[in-house]
Amino acid sequence: MPKPTKITNSLRYLRFTSGEMTQADLAARVGVTRQTIIAIEQGRYSPSLEMAFQLARVFGVPLEEVFQYPDAES
Amino acid sequence: MSYEEKRAWVYAAVAVVVPVVYAVTMFGRLAGTDVTRISYALPLLIAAGVGIVANMLTTMLIGAPKGARHSDERDADIFRHGTHVGYFVLATGVVGAFLLTLAGAAHFWIANALYLAFVLDALVSSIVKIVAYRRGF
Repeated sequence: MPKPTKITNSLRYLRFTSGEMTQADLAARVGVTRQTIIAIEQGRYSPSLEMAFQLARVFGVPLEEVFQYPDAES
Repeated sequence: MSYEEKRAWVYAAVAVVVPVVYAVTMFGRLAGTDVTRISYALPLLIAAGVGIVANMLTTMLIGAPKGARHSDERDADIFRHGTHVGYFVLATGVVGAFLLTLAGAAHFWIANALYLAFVLDALVSSIVKIVAYRRGF
């Protein structure tokens, strides 16, 4: 099944390198449900720009390190 | 499963169960009877009322645990998407009822066409929401 969004993300990796932060912890820090974090990680939902910045801020990295938008050919 | 997804499942279930009970009741009265003589108003109002109350009570039940009602922007996006699709179903159904009116159909058919439009609206919007939750949006 094709993913509904072309946007990829490194949330799982970033959680792992941030003391194995749980999805529930990340959800609580951004103010969303755990299901939304799961959906984003699995590429089933593209968050709003504001939520994307909030997620990047949690990990203290630029937006591009959390979300990527690959070229069409790749 | 999030609170809003549970709500979508409840709405879909109610949108199936209540109208089916109503339809079975009506089909029992339809057999060999002139539709203009069928008393449909009370059963229709009861079906509509039961549907509303069942939705209210069930969503209160699933939202009872502390923090269970938490929803976020994804829930809001999916709600808008489902409601948007449901709107077209409702509009189509209302046009059908309008055409029945112009054709001089019995009130029985017009009222039931409108009820069907609302039921299909609830069912389709709920299914669209569930699919969005399950497969992505």
